[in-house]
Amino acid sequence: MTHQFPTLSEAQKRELHETALRIVSPGKGILAADESVGSMAKRLAQVGVENTEENRRQYRQILFSADDRVSGCIGGIIFFHETLYQNSDTGIPFVKMIRDRGILVGIKVDKGVVPLAGTFGETTTQGLDGLSDRCAQYKKDGAVFAKWRCVLKVSETNPSTLAITENANVLARYSSICQQHGIVPIIEPEILPDGDHDLKRSQCITEKVLTAVYKAMSDHHVYLEGTLLKPNMVTSGHSCSTKYGPEEVAMATVTALRRTVPPAVTGVAFLSGGQSEEEATVHLNAINNCPLAKPWILSFSFGRALQASALRAWRGHKENEKGATEQFIKKAEANSLASQGKYTGGDNNYTDAGQRSYGSCHAY
Amino acid sequence: MTHQYPALTTEQKKELQEIAERITAPGKGILAADESTGSMGKRLNPIGVENTEENRRRYRQLLFTADQRIDSCIGGVIFFHETLYQNTDDGTNFSKLIKDRGIVVGIKVDKGVVPLAGTDGETTTQGLDGLSERCAQYKKDGADFAKWRSVLKISENTPSELAIMENANVLARYASICQQNGIVPIVEPEILPDGEHDLKRCQYVSEKVLAAVYKALSDHHVYLEGTLLKPNMVTPGHSCPTKVSHEEIAMATVTALRRTVPPAVTGVTFLSGGQSEEDASINLNAINNCPLAKPWALTFSYGRALQASALNAWRGELSKENAATEEFIKRAEANSQAALGKYQSSGSGTAAGKSLYVENHAY
Repeated sequence: MTHQFPTLSEAQKRELHETALRIVSPGKGILAADESVGSMAKRLAQVGVENTEENRRQYRQILFSADDRVSGCIGGIIFFHETLYQNSDTGIPFVKMIRDRGILVGIKVDKGVVPLAGTFGETTTQGLDGLSDRCAQYKKDGAVFAKWRCVLKVSETNPSTLAITENANVLARYSSICQQHGIVPIIEPEILPDGDHDLKRSQCITEKVLTAVYKAMSDHHVYLEGTLLKPNMVTSGHSCSTKYGPEEVAMATVTALRRTVPPAVTGVAFLSGGQSEEEATVHLNAINNCPLAKPWILSFSFGRALQASALRAWRGHKENEKGATEQFIKKAEANSLASQGKYTGGDNNYTDAGQRSYGSCHAY
Repeated sequence: MTHQYPALTTEQKKELQEIAERITAPGKGILAADESTGSMGKRLNPIGVENTEENRRRYRQLLFTADQRIDSCIGGVIFFHETLYQNTDDGTNFSKLIKDRGIVVGIKVDKGVVPLAGTDGETTTQGLDGLSERCAQYKKDGADFAKWRSVLKISENTPSELAIMENANVLARYASICQQNGIVPIVEPEILPDGEHDLKRCQYVSEKVLAAVYKALSDHHVYLEGTLLKPNMVTPGHSCPTKVSHEEIAMATVTALRRTVPPAVTGVTFLSGGQSEEDASINLNAINNCPLAKPWALTFSYGRALQASALNAWRGELSKENAATEEFIKRAEANSQAALGKYQSSGSGTAAGKSLYVENHAY
C-alpha cells in the first residue's frame, strides 16, 4: 500500500467535490424517484393505478413539472433507468426539464439484492458487471451522481460480519468505479427498521456498519469529499415497545455519525425508510438542531416521505395532477426547512423546535 | 457482532470524556515529559549532564515547578514511571504537585518497540501484559490518562500492511484496557519523518494508517469521546529535496485528519517529531488557522519542542535552573497561542530555530 497511484486528477476531484456540494447546498436535498418497476408496482397498487410504463411516466411527470418553488429545495433527483429516457407530454426529455431547473440528475445503478449463502436471510447487492461502461453512458446522458443501495437487517444473529464486510466492499467498488467517470456516488448502507430492537441496539449496529463502510472506502482509495452518504436515521425497530422522541432519535443518529463519518464526507442525505412524511421531516429537523458538532451537511434523500401525499392525491386521475404536484411541493419545502433546522409546522407538537431539551437524552 | 455488551457504563464514559476535554481545553496542550531512562541519556549527554536518577529528578523538577503562567497552557503532563514516584526537593510528590495545580497527570505505559519478523525493519509495541493491573495502580497513584507509542516508517516497502494492522490492533487493545480503568488513552501511531518521501506521500500514508487505527478502535469497542489522538503532522521526509510552507503542511495535515478521524474524537494532540521548537509552534498555528472545518481540538503534545531551550539553558547547573524554567514557560505560552491560532512568531528561544531531528530516532 505504500505508494499512491493517484486514482483521480486534481481536476477530477474538484468536479466531484463541487457536484456533491451542489446536490446538498444549504436548504436542498434529494428526491429519490428511482423506484424500480417492481417497487412502482407496490406504490401504484396502493392507489389503484395499473403499473404500466405510461402510468409511471405520467406519475414522474407530476413530480418533475413542479414549479420554481422546488429549485431551492431539491438539489438532485435520483432516476430509475427507464425514467432517464422518458419525456413529458410535450416531448421534452425529463432529464432536460430537471437540468433546466438547475437540479442535478442522478441514476440508480445497482441491480438489486441477492442472497448471501450460509447467512440467515442476509443479502449483498449486485450490479458491478459492466458498471464502468454504464457510468460512462449515463454521464453522457446527463447524470452526474449515482445511487447504490445495500441492505442489512437486525435480528438475534444479524447483521453478521460477512454481511457487513461484503456490503461495505461492494459499496466501495461501486464508488470507485463511479468516481472514475466523474459521477458522485451516493453510498447507501440501509439498516432496515424491521424488528423489536431498541434505540441503543440500532445505534450500536449503525456505528459498526458505518465504520466498516469507511474502512472499505479508504482501502479502495475513494475520494471522500466527492461522495455522499445515505444512511438510515437511528431509530428503534418497528415492533419495539419503547417509543422515542425526535430529540432522542436525533441524538442517537448524530452520535453514531460523529463516531464513524469522517468530516471530509461532503454530506449526509438520510433515507426515510418506513417513516411517515411528517415523522421523517420532524426527525430531520431535530437532527439539524442537535447541539453536538456536525461537520457535514445533514439533509434528505426521501422517496416515500416526499411522495406519499402526492400519490394519494393523484390516484391516476388527470384532473388531480396539479393537486398532486402541490402536495409534493409542500413536502419539498417542509424538508428544505428541516434540513436547516427551521421546520415548525405540521400536525405535531413541535412548534418550538429550537428549544428542545437534548441534554437529558445524550446518547453515550 | 450483533449485540452490544456495554464496555463502559454511562458514568465511566462521562468521566473519560471530561478528562479528555480538560486536557485539551482551549489554549491547553500536553507536556510530554515521559522520556524513558535511555531517551533521557540522549537528552542529557549533549549538555554534559550525567544520566543519573537524581539528575533526571532535578531536571523534571525545573519543569514542574514553573509558575502559574503554565496553568492556562498545560492541560496534562505525561510522566515516565520513575518520575511518577519522585519528589521535589522539599518532599512533595511530583504527581501530587501537578494534580494539585489542576493539570491532569498522564503516564507512559508502553514497553518499547520490538521487531516484526519478516518485515523490512518494522516494529510493533509491547506492554499489554498485566496492563490492566498497572492501569488500576496508576489511577490510584494519580494518573488519569496514558500514552502508548507505535512507530511506522516510510520507505520503498514500508509501512507494510502487517505493520499497519498490527500496530493499529495493539493500540486498540491498549485503549480498551485503559478505559476499563478510568484512564483516557492517548493513541499515538507515529509515522517517522525519516526518508526522502514528499508531502503527498506522507499524507497518503497517514490517511491509510489512521483509517486502520479507527477501524481497530471500533472493532475493540473503544469509546472515542474518551480518547485523544497523538499523530505526526503531515510533512515531507527529512531528506526530501522539496521544501514546503507551513500552510502546505497545515492543509495536508488537516485534510488527512478530516478523511480519517471521526468528529467524536475529543482532541488531536500533535507530536513534534524532529521539528525545531519554533517550527512546531508555527506549524500548529497554521493548522489552527486552516480554513477547513476541524471538529476536534487541535493542540500539542510536545517533548523536545517544549524542552530543548530549557535543557540548553540548564546544562545541569543549579544557578541556571530559573532561566531554564523560563525557557520552558516561553515555549508553553507560544504553543498555547498556537493552539488558539494566535501565535506570532518572533524567533525567540536560544534553541528555538534549531532542527531537533535526529536520524533514525528510537525513543
